[in-house]
Amino acid sequence: MADVEEPEKKRRRTADPTDKMAVDGGHRNSGCDWDGRWNHVRKFLERPGPFTHPDFEPSTESLQFLLETCKILVIGAGGLGCELLKNLALSGFRLIHVVDMDTIDVSNLNRQFLFRPKDVGRPKAEVAADFINTRIPGCKVVPHFKKIQDFDDSFYRQFHIIVCGLDSIIARRWMNGMLISLLSYEDGVLDPSSIIPLIDGGTEGFKGNARVILPGMTACIDCTLELYPPQINFPMCTIASMPRLPEHCIEYARILQWPKENPFGDISLDGDNPDHIQWVFDRSQERAAEFSITGVTYRLTQGVVKRIIPAVASTNAVIAASCAMEVFKIATSAYIPLNNYLVFNDVDGLYTYTFEAERKENCSACSQVPQDLQFPPSAKLQEVLEYLTENASLQMKSPAITTTLEGKNKTLYLQSVKSIEERTRPNLCKTLKELGLSDGQELAVADVTTPQTVLFKLNFTT
Amino acid sequence: MAATQASKEQKYDRQLRLWGDHGQETLENAHVCLVNATATGTEILKNLVLPGIGAFTIVDGHTVSGEDVGNNFFLSNNSIGKNRAQAATELLQEMNSDVSGNFVEESPDKLLDNDPEFFHRFTIVIGVHLPESTCMRLGSVLWSASVPFLVCKTYGLIGYMRLVVQEHTVIESHPDNALEDLRLDQPFSEFKNHIQSYDLDSMDKKDHSHTPWIIIVAKYLEKWLSEHNCQAPKNYKEKEAFRQIIREGVRKNENGVPEDEENFEEAVKNVNTALNPTKVPTALEDLFNSEQCNNITSQTPAFWVMLRAVKEFVHNEGSGSLPVRGTIPDMIADSQKFISLQNIYREKAMQDTAAVSKHVERLLQSVGKPPESISEKDIKLLCKNASFLRVVRCRSLAEEYSVDSVNKDEITSCMDSPDSEMVFYLMLRAVDRFYQQHSRYPGVYNYQVEEDISKLKLCVNSLLQEYSLNVNIKDDYIHEFCRYGAAEPHTVAAFLGGSAAQEAIKIISHQFVPFSNTFIYNAMSQTSATLHL
Repeated sequence: MADVEEPEKKRRRTADPTDKMAVDGGHRNSGCDWDGRWNHVRKFLERPGPFTHPDFEPSTESLQFLLETCKILVIGAGGLGCELLKNLALSGFRLIHVVDMDTIDVSNLNRQFLFRPKDVGRPKAEVAADFINTRIPGCKVVPHFKKIQDFDDSFYRQFHIIVCGLDSIIARRWMNGMLISLLSYEDGVLDPSSIIPLIDGGTEGFKGNARVILPGMTACIDCTLELYPPQINFPMCTIASMPRLPEHCIEYARILQWPKENPFGDISLDGDNPDHIQWVFDRSQERAAEFSITGVTYRLTQGVVKRIIPAVASTNAVIAASCAMEVFKIATSAYIPLNNYLVFNDVDGLYTYTFEAERKENCSACSQVPQDLQFPPSAKLQEVLEYLTENASLQMKSPAITTTLEGKNKTLYLQSVKSIEERTRPNLCKTLKELGLSDGQELAVADVTTPQTVLFKLNFTT
Repeated sequence: MAATQASKEQKYDRQLRLWGDHGQETLENAHVCLVNATATGTEILKNLVLPGIGAFTIVDGHTVSGEDVGNNFFLSNNSIGKNRAQAATELLQEMNSDVSGNFVEESPDKLLDNDPEFFHRFTIVIGVHLPESTCMRLGSVLWSASVPFLVCKTYGLIGYMRLVVQEHTVIESHPDNALEDLRLDQPFSEFKNHIQSYDLDSMDKKDHSHTPWIIIVAKYLEKWLSEHNCQAPKNYKEKEAFRQIIREGVRKNENGVPEDEENFEEAVKNVNTALNPTKVPTALEDLFNSEQCNNITSQTPAFWVMLRAVKEFVHNEGSGSLPVRGTIPDMIADSQKFISLQNIYREKAMQDTAAVSKHVERLLQSVGKPPESISEKDIKLLCKNASFLRVVRCRSLAEEYSVDSVNKDEITSCMDSPDSEMVFYLMLRAVDRFYQQHSRYPGVYNYQVEEDISKLKLCVNSLLQEYSLNVNIKDDYIHEFCRYGAAEPHTVAAFLGGSAAQEAIKIISHQFVPFSNTFIYNAMSQTSATLHL
């Protein structure tokens, strides 16, 4: 990886005057520190060493930078988020914002240690911030009980580093896209001061990974989309007519029986409602008995309906620690950062693997290369839609396709608004030629996986 | 009582899906001892308290310093001057009311002087930041008492763990990519009878395309064997020919175009693994040949009695093979064909397990123990996991440190790459030596950093000399370890906290496989290594 100028040290971000002073008692920075408080951290900031980053200069000012100026955004206040907040706070970071749209659930308590039984139902971001600010004097975590999509670029621009502890690939891609949209280019050259490093962590059972992304410079989330294979759902004919596994019986109750019987009125199945799960469990057992299938349990039912991923404290601790270590390295130039992907697995002993994920030349998120769509003019719009969702490098969720025809903006297909979906649905069966599209036509595609529309160029094949 | 159980099931739901209710039970019956409530120590305990271990006891004679509070989430600044064991217990205990927390305001050295048997009561002892002499003393007591010992240390940006356990058996290792146990190379009679009922050529279209691939491969294999002198396809050429025969078995429509038969596609795809010869894994053969397996006494733990019974089965009813596992993967098939095939395997597994049970009974009787000493449930679990049984044995610290038995080969071969993680192990040993000589760690105060480099280098050289280790340690590492000044940055402590806690859980639950025997984490490069010392 090329030695990056550390813009954070050069730029002085001014503190946002609307930031709340989180701790009552009005402790201003050094006023609440006690003797020796930062000894463990100082040694890495004030002493020269043989393995430091080439840009590193020992100084007592580095600690002040962490305590007073460096602004970090933590996305997610769950399994990884709680650990990240603790790790950052105990490493000297004080200006921390945390975003999480969820409230606390009982099943979080086995690992999200900032929450207690009495907190169930309250917003994670707020409870987490309160706990940290109370336990770590001087720390000023600002909570946001919101979705990441509720903020625009002006919010994200204020941070030196952003670290994610998300449980959704869609959200990761959105965040990734947001930071890419903040990049500025002058005469085709990337302005380093517009780069906000993104540290991303993920865990699942006893496996986890941590990666460092410098948007515009290193591999981004979408460059390595194939590392996240799409979730496999059971084929409908298996569920509908030839179940073999207990899971098939559960999906039958969830997908086919529930909408048909509406046991609690015309409402969707709520995985968090025990009565709903009980109903699905009962129906699943009946179906299983019909086909002599064993193994349907309440726990399995809940797991299938909610797509539960097993989780423990230890894996989250390891991955969040790796991420926080990288935040510290980047903020202080103490050491050369991870380049750029760490994989961890402790099922059998402890296994780590570190490698450099490569940028994709034509990445739809970060390459600035216009995306190619190759179709014959006789292809139907439906085929284009399927390509956008099924292609391993794109994996869009519900793309909305618009274009300019005769100087006017035209929506070809949009799924997320019912009235527009109904109006544009007939277009799916029309050919690209019938829709008036020509060779070289630009299509703008919007999707939940990215905050900016992706431009595609239509390339007619014979 | 029912309410508490239900709420515990909810609280622990995400981890119960990993180690089950029986795994959770072992945790709730465990009593963990932590020596020294440094940041590393409390982070490890945090990751044990949250999943609900029964109890913990912290042994620590230190008083809380300002520096301690700075990197430790479980010490607050109003506990400065108080005993560290007590202060940390409060904030750890508070995280989970299911856990009972205790503390002993004593140094481990004092306890070892006055009451070494104090440590015998624990399921596992975790020793953090122990000076070498204390570590060796404690190690010796725990080794004699067969109490597992996990030594952990965060030193600058280096994390270190050493597991010390004489013999740790694992029935449920939960391997990531296990091969199926289908026995297609040596079909048992019930399976052979079952596939007789299938006549692929005369089946109707729907049945043909919903026949499990296992049956397809078995039928075509029968034909191949009769035409090839009972020799199964061996090399790539033969296997490809076999695959082609199966492809040609796909029904064609009236225009001669092959139909879409996904089950036949699955059969072709699985030919390679399906033709794998069934055999007892080498690791298991080694266990069969071990002392514990062959010398069954009334003291022999259940694991070895059951293993011996499996060995007897292999040499008798199994005709050289393990008891059938009894599971098959999901595959394209109609419900009835799949379930009936699955039942063939399940019933065979039950039969084999019953035969193993008889051997267990016989063995128990031969050493004067009642047959109920080992439950059917345990025998069934072991039989199902027969291919994946693991035994972990770690050398004692005394063996690691003795000049006569030091693992020179491991050290010198790793150090062929002078930047391998082994260099950190050697530096930690050198730093321990420094502490023994100077009663302090190198470079703690700024003014000491420079002058301690040469002192630490002397320790490095004396270490290498004492063990006759012909390796070279770059000066940069000696400088770096002086620079660390025995700092314990929280992020490194947290990494080790997660790693060590999970290893402790493996020891307590006997599920998943612990590391053996030394783990080094380098936070500078975010790399790690497991060493055998």
